[in-house]
Amino acid sequence: MIRLEEIDRVFEVGDQRVHALNDINLHVEPGEYLSIMGPSGSGKSTLLNVLGLLDRPTSGHYFLSGSDVTSLSEDALARTRRSDIGFVFQFFHLVPRLTAAENIELPLMLDGIAPAERKPRVDEVLDALDIRDRAHHRPDQLSGGQRQRVAIARATIMKPAILLADEPTGNLDQASGKEVIDTLERLNASGITLLIVTHDQQLGDRARRYVKMVDGCIVTDQTRG
Amino acid sequence: MITRDILRFTFGALGGNRVRTALILTAMAIGVASVVILTSLGDGARRFVVGEFASLGTDLLIIIPGRSETAGAAPALIVGATPRDLTIDDASALTRSSLIRRVAPITIGAARASWHEREREIAVLGSTAELLKVRHWTMSQGRFLPPDDADRAAPICVIGAKVRQELFGANPALGEWMRLGDRRCQVIGVLATEGRSIGMDVEDQVIIPVASAQILFNSPALFRIMAQASSREAVPKARQFVLDTIRDRHQGEEDITVVTQDAVLATFDKILQALTLTVAGIAAISLAVAGILIMNVMLIAIAQRTAEIGLLKAVGATGQQIIILFMTEAAMLSLSGALVGLVIGEAGSRTIGYLYPSLPVGAPLWSVVTALIVALLTGLLFGAMPARRAARLDPIQALSRR
Ligand SMILES: Nc1ncnc2c1ncn2[C@@H]1O[C@H](COP(=O)(O)OP(=O)(O)OP(=O)(O)O)[C@@H](O)[C@H]1O
Ligand SMILES: [Mg+2]
Repeated sequence: MIRLEEIDRVFEVGDQRVHALNDINLHVEPGEYLSIMGPSGSGKSTLLNVLGLLDRPTSGHYFLSGSDVTSLSEDALARTRRSDIGFVFQFFHLVPRLTAAENIELPLMLDGIAPAERKPRVDEVLDALDIRDRAHHRPDQLSGGQRQRVAIARATIMKPAILLADEPTGNLDQASGKEVIDTLERLNASGITLLIVTHDQQLGDRARRYVKMVDGCIVTDQTRG
Repeated sequence: MITRDILRFTFGALGGNRVRTALILTAMAIGVASVVILTSLGDGARRFVVGEFASLGTDLLIIIPGRSETAGAAPALIVGATPRDLTIDDASALTRSSLIRRVAPITIGAARASWHEREREIAVLGSTAELLKVRHWTMSQGRFLPPDDADRAAPICVIGAKVRQELFGANPALGEWMRLGDRRCQVIGVLATEGRSIGMDVEDQVIIPVASAQILFNSPALFRIMAQASSREAVPKARQFVLDTIRDRHQGEEDITVVTQDAVLATFDKILQALTLTVAGIAAISLAVAGILIMNVMLIAIAQRTAEIGLLKAVGATGQQIIILFMTEAAMLSLSGALVGLVIGEAGSRTIGYLYPSLPVGAPLWSVVTALIVALLTGLLFGAMPARRAARLDPIQALSRR
């Protein structure tokens, strides 16, 4: 599913070079559940951005479902993001003037799918994530947990193979965080490949595979029985 | 993305920031409205003047003694000796062609006119019966000069409305004898026509038979001859006929100038068209200002919506889709502003038309269409830079700001 080979990501700030990712090799099978942990500044977000095709590595190769996506054009990357990858952010990033349902259907809209066909698909994820009654509320009328579930609904509406979550509970209280994690794990149980970046050790421990990063390198990569 | 979604999304974005939307709409509306009002004024003035000229008859030929080297421009002002006079016989020679319907010889001068104790200096015009129809004048009382022989110096006259008022006051003028220079003439008619006509105040003149005028001014020379062609189309041929006939009569010398109304009309038409274009151009500057405002406000909008743009890109919007969304926004803003401006401009020019009924206001179609196109193009032109900037935004950085 995902194969990273000798990935480097170097940021140049002035005449300083920040080696955010340093020779990363990673292999993820379909349906896996990974948690990525590490101190602040260790490169977790950068890794997730590269995996999510939001950022290009400085060197190395990234194979997604067998094909090399390192050298794809901007437009091809955008289309791959749209159809194959779901992203969940710490700060939800919902469009404030759009309702929950409208936020969720954004990827469908960008994909040129007709409104008649979008409706049942949106309803389906609204049901799956238990936010049907909030469909016509705007983000400022929703709780943090509900917002994050709307964001998850948007990330999964295109039925991507991979779901990437960067500190999805970082902005939530314990209870809502738990709900969101349950939601993500349910999606994983139904087949999606799930990678979560988190600072919460308890949360990190729930994943079957645990990756720890320090200074842009993977220092631990273990799969629990 | 399907068109309906693009429009709906854009509407949402516009509705999301009403102040911004209203601001741009206003700027665009002012620009377009001023183009519409100014061009409708300019074009109204043009049509007014052209209409006045056309009412004189576009089939008119004016024959002036003396040859003008620079064709067209005020040949009457040519200095130097007039080579050979135009005579009544020249005028009658012109009636022989079917190309020419009417001929009116004209002499002008001034004389003291008096009735009882009232007297004043007055412009005198000598001509024939044909003049009435050639100039499209109308009578308020009595009749015009009778269709006599042009050589007959009958002691009669037709007076303008102002002359009637000043010499006769409340007394009836018709049938009265008045003095004109050292001769007497009987008033047989009063003109109804008002205003000026080719440099002469119609209300303030006395018209007498051309032969009487020649005696009065002691000169056989005509000031000019006015001829009416059989139709507007016949004007060029009639002109050639006039030149040929007079040349034959003047021992082969072409010593006259023939001015056609068409030429005068075309000149005025051109001048006023240029004027209209100029004011339209000035008004178009306000469109450009509106365009710059669009650009500014779009840039602010993009700064405000950075996170949204980043998100759209993160969930798979291509750069092209972002450009389409923002260009649609700019186009919708400028177009709807332009439509509002059209309505305001139309209302404005109608108000002017209502206040000045004699001015045929109304924006010409070309200016309406041009204003709309220019507004749309300004929107797209000035929207393009902000849209491209939006499309180039790096999604990670756009999203890293809360
Ligand atoms: N756009 C950038 N320009 C320059 N340096 C960057 C940029 N993005 C990240 N970095 C640097 O790369 C390193 C890794 O950053 P990254 O955001 O991946 O860390 P992180 O593990 O996600 O940290 P946190 O837990 O605080 O989110 C950091 O040193 C950071 O300063
Ligand atoms: Mg991070």
